[in-house]
Amino acid sequence: MRAKVYVTLKAGVHDPAGKAVMGGLQNLGYSEVREVRIGKFFEMDVEEGPNVEGRLREMCEKLLANTVIERFRVELG
Amino acid sequence: MRRVAVVTFPGSNCDADARHAVSLFGMEAVAVWHKDTVLPKVDAVILPGGFSYGDYLRCGAIARFSPIMPEVVKFAGNGGPVLGICNGFQVLCEVGLVPGVLLRNSKLKFLCQDVDLRMEGKPTPWSKPGGAPIRIPIAHMEGHWYADDATLERVEGEGQVIFRYVGGAPNGATRDVAGVSNAAGNVVGLMPHPERYVEAGVGGTDGRRVFEALVETLA
Repeated sequence: MRAKVYVTLKAGVHDPAGKAVMGGLQNLGYSEVREVRIGKFFEMDVEEGPNVEGRLREMCEKLLANTVIERFRVELG
Repeated sequence: MRRVAVVTFPGSNCDADARHAVSLFGMEAVAVWHKDTVLPKVDAVILPGGFSYGDYLRCGAIARFSPIMPEVVKFAGNGGPVLGICNGFQVLCEVGLVPGVLLRNSKLKFLCQDVDLRMEGKPTPWSKPGGAPIRIPIAHMEGHWYADDATLERVEGEGQVIFRYVGGAPNGATRDVAGVSNAAGNVVGLMPHPERYVEAGVGGTDGRRVFEALVETLA
């Protein structure tokens, strides 16, 4: 089954790359852009089984995210 | 003869420098491969700089699961001196042996330059607080040390900031932190490279202070 994992920076964590992208968008005339935060998106194919979501959350905590600076969201299907 | 293990991960590129530096101080450098599952009998461990696993996902994130790492964690837990330099520092953060995390440099540039550092905080096997600042080089893209406010206060309060940039952190590090220790003080991570400045013919000799501290500790 398909699983999607989003890993994003927690509020307050410095994101200079996001700032640079925001500046780029504003330079293109998109002055409505107030903030850009860059995160990571994992598209995964996982075997179905008991506790798929729990195991995915475990994967996030162990490897996919560093919970000192990042939060994560898991979507199934 | 005292023995110091230097772990090589795929992508480590300062492991030979670290072994060479160790050997200059009358200690035996023991090369350890990341796939080894037993740490030889050593008196200290160094995780060297480089780009382990290509820095994929996050710097140090994959190296921390290397087969040798449980042994390093155990060695640290028993009070053994562990030093993580640059990428080694990032690995120590990822495995949770030292607090915080290393973010991308605030100006998004790879920084390769000399920096001045103050040695402060608690004494560790790798440092003696006080004395003149030392000048050693940095070479990194992700050296902006960050911790949440509660962690930051605890780290500062417990004297776990071991190295601090003098005159501002070029990478944007929180409170100019260049190196931190664990609560016990035996594990230290720092972004600058002491192993590169241990001979007068190559840059400078201020990095010797780190190795001299270890020699004294192990004496």
